[in-house]
Amino acid sequence: MSALPPAVRVVNLVRRYGGRTVLNDLNLRIERGEFVVLLGESGCGKTTLLRALAGLDHVQGGRIEAPRRPAMVFQEHRLLPWDPLWRNVALGLQAADARARAEAALAEVGLGGRLDDWPRNLSGGQAQRVALARALVQKPELLLLDEPFAALDALTRIRMHALVKQLVARHRPAVLLVTHDVDEAIALADRILVMREGAIAAGYFVSDARDPLALRQSLLAELGVTTFA
Amino acid sequence: MGSALTSTLPASAASEPEAVVPPQHAANPRMVALLSWLAPVLLLLVWEAAAQLGRIPPHLLPAPSKVARTAFHLAVHGSLLHDLGISLLRAAAGFAIGGSIGFALGTAVGFSRIAEALIDRSVQMIRAIPFLALLPLVIVWLGVGEAEKIFLVALGVTFPIYINTTLGIRQVDPKLLELGRVQGLGTAAMIRRIVLPGALPSVLTGVRYALATAWLALVVAETIGADAGIGFLAMDAREFLRTDVIFLTILIYALIGVSADWVARRLERRLLAWHPNFASPGGR
Repeated sequence: MSALPPAVRVVNLVRRYGGRTVLNDLNLRIERGEFVVLLGESGCGKTTLLRALAGLDHVQGGRIEAPRRPAMVFQEHRLLPWDPLWRNVALGLQAADARARAEAALAEVGLGGRLDDWPRNLSGGQAQRVALARALVQKPELLLLDEPFAALDALTRIRMHALVKQLVARHRPAVLLVTHDVDEAIALADRILVMREGAIAAGYFVSDARDPLALRQSLLAELGVTTFA
Repeated sequence: MGSALTSTLPASAASEPEAVVPPQHAANPRMVALLSWLAPVLLLLVWEAAAQLGRIPPHLLPAPSKVARTAFHLAVHGSLLHDLGISLLRAAAGFAIGGSIGFALGTAVGFSRIAEALIDRSVQMIRAIPFLALLPLVIVWLGVGEAEKIFLVALGVTFPIYINTTLGIRQVDPKLLELGRVQGLGTAAMIRRIVLPGALPSVLTGVRYALATAWLALVVAETIGADAGIGFLAMDAREFLRTDVIFLTILIYALIGVSADWVARRLERRLLAWHPNFASPGGR
């Protein structure tokens, strides 16, 4: 794996808003096909980092090496209400067989029969599945997920975890997922990074952890949550 | 009203829970629809009867049946259809010109702060003038002819379209524009796939409003001076105290206004099928 160049390399990234430093000399490396979850409290700069990688935000210093067009799923589904599902999935696809590819992508997320349906007829979980299909149909080398399941109910969220795992195993993009949810991180990640004050404060390989509960404890401790177990 | 509801609701809900059930005497909706026609039909019948009995001077208020006969006669032997066609043509031409200008300016201003700085203040200043007040000036410029009428209609149409187009584009969700960037849309695709569809509900509201203004402008322009058209028919009839013809022209103006609004509604329902407010119930 390390013989190939990484999917993402971020060196000494700096981003300031006014007088506040949001990203403070941040360094990050994501291997090809690696699933990295970024944990951190609100305002620690996770979303800013994701937006910088997506090219939605400019930075004041440092260097980003990332695929030119990563795919992204936001916390809100951001489906175009005036387009049927397949046109939503195909948004930005330049292929002649866009409809067929959108159909295949929708089938992958379990919505194969609803090509011509409108977004307003979807539940929150279904809409987020369409957003996933829209991201994956682009065959991205890097998939950025900005708290995509935060607005879903607990059971739907667990189903989405399984779906994401399955899709990522099939398409093998590098993934950077931002979340507050420690259990989500353990369920999905190859590697978990904890972000604090604009930099990566700690990193854990999930496969190294012999005891998921112990991993959970240390992650919570990193986030400043003390439990009495 | 909302605060009154929330303050009274808990008390009444606690004391009599059956209050939530809709009233028992809720009538069958078809009966209600039928009932709503009762008053106009009754009025028409009374009017007809009074006219037949000679209780109303016919040169002030002709019988409805007389108006109907006149309509038939003018349509078959007279110039009614020709005049109607001319009026519709004027409205359509004025609407097309005014609509295009309003849409073009509105789009430019909606997109660019610089275009807004250049255009918006002037447009708002002109808009402050009731456009019908410009009529004497328009007659001096263009004379009494087709150009003057079309100009007046166009003037009335431009502003509602302009305002609603600008508003619609401004209201497009910035999060969707961001999504467009993530999906790699270029500027043209961004406009076509996100900005214009997002602005469409507002633009169509402008179209409906503009249709009403267009008719108003047309009525005024045709009444001032014309040698053909519905307004000409009315003024010509006035010379001969033909109240039945005058009534007919008023009716035609009303009918055309209603049909234009109906067409606009159909357009909305078709173009905005995705929109929850316009969706046909249960449909996809």
